[in-house]
Amino acid sequence: MSDVPATPPPASADTARADAARADTARADTARADTVGADRPGADRPGADKTGFDLLLVPPRARTGWRVLPARVAAMCVVELQKLRHDRTELYTRAIQPALWLLIFGETFTRIKVIPTDGIPYLDYLAPGIIAQSTMFIAIFYGIQIIWERDSGVLTKLLVTPTPRAALVTGKAFAAGVKAMIQAVVVVLIAALLGVSMTWNPVRLAGVIVAVLLGSAFFSCLSVTIAGIVLTRDRLMGIGQAITMPLFFASNALYPTTAMPDWLRYISVINPLSYQVDALRGLLLGIPANLPLDFVVLIAAAALGITAASGLLGRLAR
Amino acid sequence: MSDDKSAVACTGLRYSFGQTRAVDGLDLTVVAGEVFGLLGPNGAGKTTAIRCVTTLLPVPSGMVRVFGHDAATEQMAVRRLLGYVPQQLSADASLTGRENVSLFARVFDVPRRERAARVEQALEAVGLGDAADRMAATFSGGMVRRLELAQALVSAPRLLMLDEPTIGLDPIARTSVWEHIMAVRAATGMTVLVTTHYMDEADQYCDRVALMHQGRVRALGTPEQLTDDLRARLGDGSAPTLEDVFRDVAGSGLGDGGGEFRDVRRTRNTATRVG
Repeated sequence: MSDVPATPPPASADTARADAARADTARADTARADTVGADRPGADRPGADKTGFDLLLVPPRARTGWRVLPARVAAMCVVELQKLRHDRTELYTRAIQPALWLLIFGETFTRIKVIPTDGIPYLDYLAPGIIAQSTMFIAIFYGIQIIWERDSGVLTKLLVTPTPRAALVTGKAFAAGVKAMIQAVVVVLIAALLGVSMTWNPVRLAGVIVAVLLGSAFFSCLSVTIAGIVLTRDRLMGIGQAITMPLFFASNALYPTTAMPDWLRYISVINPLSYQVDALRGLLLGIPANLPLDFVVLIAAAALGITAASGLLGRLAR
Repeated sequence: MSDDKSAVACTGLRYSFGQTRAVDGLDLTVVAGEVFGLLGPNGAGKTTAIRCVTTLLPVPSGMVRVFGHDAATEQMAVRRLLGYVPQQLSADASLTGRENVSLFARVFDVPRRERAARVEQALEAVGLGDAADRMAATFSGGMVRRLELAQALVSAPRLLMLDEPTIGLDPIARTSVWEHIMAVRAATGMTVLVTTHYMDEADQYCDRVALMHQGRVRALGTPEQLTDDLRARLGDGSAPTLEDVFRDVAGSGLGDGGGEFRDVRRTRNTATRVG
């Protein structure tokens, strides 16, 4: 044991030194296993074989200050990506709905030409709207997943680790964002096959990714916030169903707000989905859009969502 | 009482769910290094007390201290010292065993260089070295419990808190879970606070036990002390077990009213999933 450093060397240690430390640890392992085996009558007892406990005796040194939040957010994102890697079924089945919107709704409404789109083919106009819609549809049921994790004990246990609530929520928001991004790729590809000419400018596409992530963050946090208020899956299902369609129809996803009655237009002004659609349309199609305003609203909405959701997350574990 | 020798110190702890007083003036001290059993019938307030200590339930300042840290004002410091295994099966079924433990290494700031080795040791310590890369969904009930133990151990906690760790397990899995707990404790010297319904487990593995009933501690001592006290009180030459002490303390309150619907449902869900 004596040759194991009590505290790990700093992360900046060079490779040679890190290797040496690893070798030390390995040697200590063997030494430890030998001692335990020799000292104890039940050498075949669980835990006494093969490996020692030497690392498990020293608590890891805590990160402090500003480093905590980004590190925890990264940990939660890693775990969500691992889950996605193990089960991709959801990714595939989720791609069906936006494909149908584009193929059936889009093709039909392109033909009947009733929606005023300032001369843009309707399918082009619709595609960014469908990306935003898939973002919202995925994110809006994240609260159910949080409640499920509460019931299964996964969330409870994470809440007892030194992890800020905001990091747990942001991890979920990120997972929703990744799923939405994959949908966005599907929509862009289908749209390209259908003859929609969208941008391939990498800067604009990076902007699309940011807009999708921010939109997902807002809607998934909205869902987790509602989960923190209503606390049960059944109630959240009802509310999720009840707000999804109004959010979708009271936005510019399917038609321009100029075609709306006044009262509906007022609602669409406070609906973050409208700003996401506007940003996506501006970036993908290159049509006039108020990008600075769009991103300010999306960032503010995401920040508000994360704050509200992390404030209410603790209620779920009581 | 909250000097550095006490791992957990509860002073007049109270917690209510609406009208129900789940914990009603609990005084409890767990000495550093001991295995402490919190026993009691359904609805006695054991789980609520545990959840107050873990900072899951908000308590007023001064009621709960963990190694001297106030659970109300120093939540992060308290959480850093804890390894917690809740009653429900809390490993993530959609991850492998190793990923489950790795997550907890990450959230406790285990440096990247040391992470793989530490995770491996935690898995080996609970006898899951060979199954580590299987999905947790394919684990048996006993294996899931041991995986959860590995998750709790990877951060080298000073206090391991186990809420009904053997609920719903068959006798062999129960023994196996306990043997791993005791082996790790022998090597690390950590304090263990455990709740259980099984008197034989408490008798065999706990240094001291507290019997809770209606939100308070009704009897406290080593299992021998408690049975000896009851034998002396009965004075009829019988040899009471810890279960008799339990019956004596809980009295007639054991019939109805114990355990809210949600608690019972949670327990049964766990039992079902352990299968």
